Amino acid sequence: MASATTGATRDAFGEKLAELGAAEPRLVVLDADLGGSTRTTAFMKKFPERRFELGIAEQNMIGAAAGLALGGKIPVATSFACFLTGRLETIRVCVAYNRTNVKLVGTHAGIGIGDDGPSQMALEDVAAMRALPGMTVLQPADRAETRQAVEWMVRHDGPVYLRLTRQNVPEIHEPGYRFEFGKLDPLWPKDPEAEPDLPSLAFAPPNGKPRRQAAILATGGVVSNALEAAKDLQSRGFLARVFNVHTLHPIDAEGVVRAARASQRLVTVEDHNLAGGLGSAVAEALAAAGQATPLVRLGLSDFAESGTTEELYAKYGLSASHIVEAALRNLA
Amino acid sequence: MPAAATEAPTLDSLRRLTRAFRVEILRMIEAAGSGHPGGSLSAIDFLTVLYFRDYLNVDPKNPSDPNRDRFILSKGHCVPALYCVLAHKGFLPVEELRTLRKFGSRLQGHPDRRRLPLIEANTGSLGQGLSIALGLALSAKLDRAPWQVFCMTGDGEIQEGQIWEAAMAAPKFKLGNLTWIVDYNQVQQEGLTKDQMDLAPLKDKLAAFNWHTQEIDGHDLDAIDRALAAARKVTDRPKAIILRTIKGKGVSFMELQTAWHGKAPNKEQADKAVAEIEGGRR
Repeated sequence: MASATTGATRDAFGEKLAELGAAEPRLVVLDADLGGSTRTTAFMKKFPERRFELGIAEQNMIGAAAGLALGGKIPVATSFACFLTGRLETIRVCVAYNRTNVKLVGTHAGIGIGDDGPSQMALEDVAAMRALPGMTVLQPADRAETRQAVEWMVRHDGPVYLRLTRQNVPEIHEPGYRFEFGKLDPLWPKDPEAEPDLPSLAFAPPNGKPRRQAAILATGGVVSNALEAAKDLQSRGFLARVFNVHTLHPIDAEGVVRAARASQRLVTVEDHNLAGGLGSAVAEALAAAGQATPLVRLGLSDFAESGTTEELYAKYGLSASHIVEAALRNLA
Repeated sequence: MPAAATEAPTLDSLRRLTRAFRVEILRMIEAAGSGHPGGSLSAIDFLTVLYFRDYLNVDPKNPSDPNRDRFILSKGHCVPALYCVLAHKGFLPVEELRTLRKFGSRLQGHPDRRRLPLIEANTGSLGQGLSIALGLALSAKLDRAPWQVFCMTGDGEIQEGQIWEAAMAAPKFKLGNLTWIVDYNQVQQEGLTKDQMDLAPLKDKLAAFNWHTQEIDGHDLDAIDRALAAARKVTDRPKAIILRTIKGKGVSFMELQTAWHGKAPNKEQADKAVAEIEGGRR
């Protein structure tokens, strides 16, 4: 790990937004009575005239954001991911069909939010957003990445959905990390040059026993679990490569296929429903390329419950031990 | 922007124009073989005054002027009326009107700014246009820009919750640059508005939400002219003009008939309707 410190990606979003406000006068922010939670408070304090409180009325907030974009502004509309993307039909017409330059920022994604329970846990938002033509879907894995993703989002001309965590997550990137839109982010092993990038079944390890490769593709709050799993696998003599998928849509199909060709097994991990999220996007990329690498998808298939993030990830199959098990299935 | 200035056509000449527009709308929808004549005919009198008495500051020679006024047709299915006015105002060729709803046409069945940039916002999913108009008005206010925003909804679409969200928000932001026009034509797809989900008393409701409200006969060009002039003087809060209208206005067999919400007339029906309009029965 680059750093033992932890923090929520929503915090980094709020800080970066307030910072960008000075250089970008077109930036405006809309909230639906959750600005404290989505961390737009810092922007509001610096630029009160450019921050609009719309009340608990997300549809109108999204429509108003579209209007502001048509007026030449760069509107950032925030709420919990579920309440924001739950207004799918309004997003479909006001944002996607009108192709307005609206930035939708959904915090409190997935079961990782913990105690608040299923009504607050967005688990279908990525599927819904990536079904909309012209929409870009981003999910950064730590604060350093979030800051760069926010900057990219504000500069990008077009609709973006940014998915953020409520819970604290470890910093997984080294200082100097550069966010590269649309590309898989290879996280592990740290020195990819030391690893043969070949479609071979095995390569000779020091102890003479064959080690086989799995590629783990993870996104958002569970990327650190994937890293933990990779280290566990290494201690057992298996090499697992870990890719952080910050750009969920459009997914880096070439990168996915390249990772698959170099692996015996792919595992996707997401705090999102299995239907339509990262695992689906990876499966689509593999199928389109005729790439038959076995794929295990870890994600949700039902509503969850209240608990701590750790308890919920353990029960619903997203913890490091589940990832290890998925990577080893049929490989050991 | 002086309205009703020396160059603006007189209301008498506009009366003749609205008859020609009604004929045009019916012929467009007849040629298309599908469409929504009822709501187009109820809206056309207002649109004619808005565009031709220069209450809407737009210029066919400079259609993308950043300081132009914006008109959002939230009841997107009535876009034949808007296409008709835009064409006769000089924004697009009149001959193009007969391409309505045809494959490859810029004149889509519902407004589409990606194909026709004159359109300020794509609409057609009812209840969304007022929010977009509100956002545009916020943008203009933030820039201290002079342009105004007008949004026309139907009556049926006010049943959408999003309308009431926008209705709450516009007075909060004191959007004196926003005018909401309700084409209260009393009929929606499956029946009378008062039976499907009654809105009455709409004027009282909007007044209670702190809108400046006027309710007028939406087919009386003088009343429309006066209402738009009065609304322009109000600058401290959003303004609503409720048009009491008749769906299918001008064609006896279409008036207040649910069946003519979304049905194209065939040639015989269109001929009959046109003869009635051109005969000046009304």
